[in-house]
Amino acid sequence: MKIHKYDTVIVGAGGAGMRAAIESTKRSRTAVLTKLYPTRSHTGAAQGGMAAALANVEEDNWEWHTFDTVKGGDYLVDQDAAEILAKEAIDSVLDLEKMGLPFNRTPDGTIDQRRFGGHSRNHGEAPVRRSCYAADRTGHMILQTLYQNCVKEGVEFFNEFYVLDQLITEVDGVKKSAGVVAYELATGEIHVFQAKSVIYASGGCGKFFKVTSNAHTLTGDGQAAVYRRGLPLEDMEFFQFHPTGIWRMGILLTEGARGEGGILRNKDGERFMEKYAPVMKDLASRDVVSRSIYTEIREGRGCGPEGDHVYLDLTHLPPEQLDAKLPDITEFARTYLGIEPYTDPIPIQPTAHYAMGGIPTNVRAEVLADNTTVVPGLYAAGEVACVSVHGANRLGTNSLLDINVFGKRAGIAAAEYASKADFVELPENPESFVVEQIERLRTSTGNERVAELRRELQDTMDANVMVFRTEQTIKTAVEKIAELRERYKNVAIQDKGKRFNTDLLEAVELGNLLDLAEVMAVSALARKESRGGHYREDYPNRDDVNFMRHTMAYREVGADGSETVRLDYKPVVQTRYQPMERKY
Amino acid sequence: MATPVLDKVEAQSAASPYITVTFRVRRFNPEVSDEATWEDFQLEIDPKERVLDGLHKIKWDLDGTLTFRRSCAHGICGSDAMRINGRNRLACKTLIKDINPEKPITVEPIKGLTVLKDLVVDMEPFFQAYRDVMPFLITKETNEPTRERLQSPEDRALFDDTTKCILCAACTSSCPVFWNDGQYFGPAAIVNAHRFIFDSRDEAGEQRLEILNDKDGVWRCRTTFNCTDACPRGIEVTKAIAEVKRALITRRF
Repeated sequence: MKIHKYDTVIVGAGGAGMRAAIESTKRSRTAVLTKLYPTRSHTGAAQGGMAAALANVEEDNWEWHTFDTVKGGDYLVDQDAAEILAKEAIDSVLDLEKMGLPFNRTPDGTIDQRRFGGHSRNHGEAPVRRSCYAADRTGHMILQTLYQNCVKEGVEFFNEFYVLDQLITEVDGVKKSAGVVAYELATGEIHVFQAKSVIYASGGCGKFFKVTSNAHTLTGDGQAAVYRRGLPLEDMEFFQFHPTGIWRMGILLTEGARGEGGILRNKDGERFMEKYAPVMKDLASRDVVSRSIYTEIREGRGCGPEGDHVYLDLTHLPPEQLDAKLPDITEFARTYLGIEPYTDPIPIQPTAHYAMGGIPTNVRAEVLADNTTVVPGLYAAGEVACVSVHGANRLGTNSLLDINVFGKRAGIAAAEYASKADFVELPENPESFVVEQIERLRTSTGNERVAELRRELQDTMDANVMVFRTEQTIKTAVEKIAELRERYKNVAIQDKGKRFNTDLLEAVELGNLLDLAEVMAVSALARKESRGGHYREDYPNRDDVNFMRHTMAYREVGADGSETVRLDYKPVVQTRYQPMERKY
Repeated sequence: MATPVLDKVEAQSAASPYITVTFRVRRFNPEVSDEATWEDFQLEIDPKERVLDGLHKIKWDLDGTLTFRRSCAHGICGSDAMRINGRNRLACKTLIKDINPEKPITVEPIKGLTVLKDLVVDMEPFFQAYRDVMPFLITKETNEPTRERLQSPEDRALFDDTTKCILCAACTSSCPVFWNDGQYFGPAAIVNAHRFIFDSRDEAGEQRLEILNDKDGVWRCRTTFNCTDACPRGIEVTKAIAEVKRALITRRF
């Protein structure tokens, strides 16, 4: 075992982690621990753009953006955070441009902007061009630009280091972050990083679904690490299903395709979104569009011999426009479906895409131990966190924005805290949890296989807690997850080695997914209303009287060692917008 | 029922025409042996699936010790560049049906970088060459503009192709010059230098050109086009290298 000491440790090197690192490296001795090489992070898969009311191509302002974000989140958004997001969006985009990001340009040379779902002029009058973009590879450009600037700033990376545990020490009755424990993939060695500040920026957990746009590596490692240490997870029942995943594969096809004029059609060729969202049509918010697609399919208007998908039609757009604005997604259709989008509509279905919930933070990116108490020295930003700027449903282009606004805030806040704070003493045998976990898996002689348990988990999540949920389906999921968690105790791996043991790490990742799936299902069962991405067929309406509140889920360990999820609730911050019925 | 749709998708994929293919994979684990060997695996697979899906079937159902890097699984993250049937490709962007499944499909690590285990190579020399070309925007102005810098769509188009690079190393590890001499910067580093040399906002083009004027620089390129053929992003790598060579001669860019 090795012990390292840094002022600031950042867990994850996607957009939020690297944006934080650029700030914290200037101000404090910083280490970035990442289970992948930084440029492999899933920020790179984001396509359509980053919202900011630059008003480069038409009238716009940050207040309209705030309203759209609050409405898009079905009023579960903390409005103080949404205001910060929309206001600081403008500088965030300009920061990236100055760092070198190659945005698409208008004929005048300013940053070009395009339409995106849920973003509107003057509180819902009509779609507005607010998304700053670089073709359909905006996430790729953000990831590359941030990595380039990390190289420029000399950021210190520990590549292929898996953070498996959060260290917390109680000082005078206050829980403080003391550091993290990491596993080095290349050698199997355990490393303890003592740090004054720790920032989680480790991304989402979409791999508990089968049809998902998420990378294989999005297994909720950060959420699971803090949850196991008794810290809460907020609003985990809210998961976004992106309307346009490639049929059966789940690969993302950007909403920018509809922003450029693409249309969703059912088997009769009907533009069905006109029925569900008369004003915004195909550019309604994602939860609305995904439900509309499944409604069409359930009512027998789906496409194909099985009637199990609908079409994204781009055939009326000029090929030059597709080549210039949507080159990657048209190539995906050609590569994976053998379809020519110039002439053929693309079969799509909703795909599990984004966790609105996560580690609760305040607007300074400080992690909360309960509804109000900050954990000194602990920060989170990006998809792993819940500020909450996305509420019950995130708007497209607000996640690339979130990682930049709150990544920057986390980097500054963590480094400033580290400059004033002392190191917190490490717990006794800080590595013990990880050593025990690794050795148990490496030496297990059980008869359960990681791949089989993961398949069963993904099947039950897709079948029971996806776009439509009921008491019955969620209970089925809760029971199945409990069974899988029990069987997980008997999981065994084949690779017993130290070197690049990805077999071992897939087993660890499955454990994280099972923990988070349980939190999600239990949180969803208790929310007896429909709001944003959480749709209960047995409670189809939003219930502001009983459920205008954030879910806070805690891990409880009984005297007999049994684990349960305890739910509590946190009020929503409302400033200028009163909840209204949500129509697009 | 929550989502009957997905059951049907399942039914359909179960009914799809599975074929039997042989994956012939280069194995190496220094914890076990100093020798690399070939190992054959028989798989039932839908020819519309990816080579990566085949590798996952091996790892998940047959042999958990098989080791490779992967993440996004759709050609964006650059983790899974491999030598498949003798050519550098991304395993997640290569469909079984497109590489003649009648014969054994060979899968080996990319060449020119030290193999650490099975298909995993040491990427550090590759990233070092990337860092050496100063892959970041450099400007000399003392007062930053309050708004964005302006750039015409025409100027933006000049370096569009080289912004697509995902640093997968498929190009560099397909280059015979790089195989023979690990000191050569390699195509990927030159592509990333090109991305800034031809960016109208950047003011360090001369410095980058001097770095590439080195004996291990751009003149080592023998124009074999392996890099262009290997690039999973369709970047015209050889053309970009030629543009850098031309800029070195004319000092115009």
